[in-house]
Amino acid sequence: MGLEYATETKPHVMAPALWEEAPDSRLEARLPSGPLEQKWDRRKFDNRLIAPANRRRHTVIVVGTGLAGASAAAALGEQGYNVLAFFIHDSPRRAHSIAAQGGINAAKNYRNDGDSVYRLFYDTIKGGDYRAREANVYRLAQLSVNIIDQCVAQGVPFAREYGGMLETRSFGGAQVERTFYARGQTGQQLLLGAYQSMMRQVQLGTVTLHPRREMLDLVVVDGQARGIVVRNLLSGQIERYAGHAVLLCTGGYGTAYYLSTNAINSNVTAAWRAHKRGAFFANPCFTQIHPTCIPVSGEHQSKLTLMSESLRNNGRIWVPKKPGDRRPPDEIPEGERDYYLERKYPSFGNLVPRDVASRNAKEVCDEGRGVGESGLAVYLDFKDDISRLGKDVIRARYGNLFEMYERITGEDPYSTPMRIYPAIHYTMGGLWVDYNLMSTIPGLFVLGEANFSDHGANRLGASALMQGLADGYFIAPYTVADYLASARLPEVSPDAEPFRAAAAVVQARIDQLLGVRGDRTAHEIHRELGRVLWDHVGMSRSDAGLRRALTEISQLRQEFWERVIVPGSPDNQNQTLEYAGRVADYLEFAEVLTLDALHRRESCGGHFREESQTPEGEALRDDDHFTYVAAWEFTGVGAPPVLHREALEFEYAHPTQRSYK
Amino acid sequence: MVFDDRPNRTMTLHLLVWRQPNGQTHGKMVPYTAEGISPDMSFLEMLDVVNEGLIRKGEEPIAFDSDCREGICGSCALVVNGRAHGPDGGTTVCQLHMRRFQNGDTIAIEPWRARAFPVIKDLVVDRSAFDRIIAAGGYTSISVGGAPDANTTLIPKDTVEAAMDAAACIACGACVAQCKNASAALFTGAKISQLALLPQGAAERRRRALRMVRQMDAEGFGSCSWEGQCEAVCPKGIKITNIAKMVREYNRAATTGETS
Repeated sequence: MGLEYATETKPHVMAPALWEEAPDSRLEARLPSGPLEQKWDRRKFDNRLIAPANRRRHTVIVVGTGLAGASAAAALGEQGYNVLAFFIHDSPRRAHSIAAQGGINAAKNYRNDGDSVYRLFYDTIKGGDYRAREANVYRLAQLSVNIIDQCVAQGVPFAREYGGMLETRSFGGAQVERTFYARGQTGQQLLLGAYQSMMRQVQLGTVTLHPRREMLDLVVVDGQARGIVVRNLLSGQIERYAGHAVLLCTGGYGTAYYLSTNAINSNVTAAWRAHKRGAFFANPCFTQIHPTCIPVSGEHQSKLTLMSESLRNNGRIWVPKKPGDRRPPDEIPEGERDYYLERKYPSFGNLVPRDVASRNAKEVCDEGRGVGESGLAVYLDFKDDISRLGKDVIRARYGNLFEMYERITGEDPYSTPMRIYPAIHYTMGGLWVDYNLMSTIPGLFVLGEANFSDHGANRLGASALMQGLADGYFIAPYTVADYLASARLPEVSPDAEPFRAAAAVVQARIDQLLGVRGDRTAHEIHRELGRVLWDHVGMSRSDAGLRRALTEISQLRQEFWERVIVPGSPDNQNQTLEYAGRVADYLEFAEVLTLDALHRRESCGGHFREESQTPEGEALRDDDHFTYVAAWEFTGVGAPPVLHREALEFEYAHPTQRSYK
Repeated sequence: MVFDDRPNRTMTLHLLVWRQPNGQTHGKMVPYTAEGISPDMSFLEMLDVVNEGLIRKGEEPIAFDSDCREGICGSCALVVNGRAHGPDGGTTVCQLHMRRFQNGDTIAIEPWRARAFPVIKDLVVDRSAFDRIIAAGGYTSISVGGAPDANTTLIPKDTVEAAMDAAACIACGACVAQCKNASAALFTGAKISQLALLPQGAAERRRRALRMVRQMDAEGFGSCSWEGQCEAVCPKGIKITNIAKMVREYNRAATTGETS
């Protein structure tokens, strides 16, 4: 870490042939005109409609049934469209949205504490470090209030006060209490609301479920997205489905890092295959690392578990002052402890934002001051607040979290400090979409975490659920209808040539995976890829490290295709084959993730470039050169992608440098 | 990276695992040895280790469902030594850790067994019957767009907490797996209770109870005989009072001439 040197302005265009610059970008965000608060209303009015009697003639393919997918399928089904819903799980209710704990933001201002649509808009833009579109974010803030109404009507049991009104709490990055929650299971309850609404449509015949299907290709006919090719994960059959529009709601790419807080089946495959068919990938280097996760305990680890950020309200973070101090925590005297966040950030202390807390944890561990068996952890100590407030108060606040921690680690956090370490948690980047959530392929819409649109370079807590549901319940139903009403969409059959050709590509890749018959498992190679990404494209990134990562990724990809072993046959359930296919895609995707991080020679949000920091070692944005969305066009595996830029303009929220000192 | 540098504290375990190639063929218990198992591993990570060994030998690994691995998605579904989700109460098998076992233990691992949950492969079963029960009525018929302001209807805190207790169900199916009748009454009762407790669910409570119970019966789940095994293994602590509530809701609907 080069903390000592300040950064002068860097030229934004670099020479190497690692990528190519688009001469004149054809990115058209299609933002509505007019004042910010009228843009969405104008767009809704300008949109073309489809009469109720005609809707069932339009088939909409929805891939993924998390918050975005289930809500879109339900809303489109309610309007009468013929919806086909595809998902990899046995039930649509298992999507990873279910694991979100904290809550969902909405500008209801039920607290009378100064909240408003404009304030939520402003907080989200600022929290995203000025790398998101104003018009999108404002619409998100507007729709937030409708989401809460809709969910309550569905029977979502949000927390309430004794008087029967909805309860809210505060969350990082905001000074108002606007976060609605259902215990620590907000994601679960919101997903069940959307799932149940979708199941109602299944009963009514508008939505058809296709469980245990994995999308392995997008079918583009005459430049329009017209269908998908999936593998039936039980029979192994390659199936082709045609429709008039395709909605990708397939989540983020955090598991590229192998260890993350994401579910182990979360993957980038559907989005990546769409990218290979022409959908641009935007800002992939904007990844979010959560500071309070249970650290890695060994090579066997399959995933990381998040501990709610709220713990930082009562816990103090520290490491020993001396590198290599292996004494147990209770033998390290007060004077030999370094409460580094309190020392460096006296006004915010342990409550600095996620990215700052994460980066500082890495820094002290890099100095050899990390704790625990691996040396890759810091202490989160509740001792002071347990003596001040009593064990019962702490138990009432965090009892379930303490239990979970003890179950996983075998240690009692009431008597010994927790060990925590940052982990990949969410990805702000995703497929590029315009204001209507349509990708660069007409007819391919991308919703939820799978798109890049609303969180800029950093997502605020409790905003992911809000975005998934806004996209699905309230935006896609309008913009997909407009597309279906405006586009010329001749009938296509799933037996047509483009479908057969795509299915042949899918089949060839499966045959190739089974045919290597090597000696290394996909898990081993994925674990190595994860280590490369975590070390060089993780919390802190440098020119040299990123270039090294590019070399290592391409070597790993070559090794994978020479040495991977996938036993079993393709014609029944074969979980090894499913997983190997996802790893193969990550080995391609990792390259554009790294290139994006390499090209963005500024620090912003979750993206920290060592070359771009203030004299105090804080992230330094470079607005003059990087106030744009980077959208990458695929040109071939290992071939230089083409960089397209969508300039961002800030008419209302003016960029400022964040400070938490 | 330095991991555990303490003396060898790994375990060797003897596994008996249900292997069944597909729903059309018979299955059997097959012995495996799990070596080098750290007490810090989760139960599923232990199976990952066994599977990695099988894959390296070119053999088909043991198929099992899992996803979030933090006890909320409801995917994982193993009977461990005769108990759904294993020996610890109030947890899914993905949150069971190997420190619960001793070096040299024998562990039997089976799938959920119920007529309504046919085995797909090894430890993977088909739980789509649960989705069909929800489709029969486990919702409020409120379409997007027409919802009134969320604070229009006040709901007492105790009521919403009780609804949340029922809503916490993760649809893993342990209740069915542990029940000698393979009854789905706890699962179905939890959803009927949640929506019957809330004013938003009141409009359809009778029709909902009738339709969900009839669908449950049509799927081939058995009847409830009040032994409470479901509650004992439920990872989310769903109470059998939800079954009583279901019976009451159903009887009220059936005796007041409600038709589904």
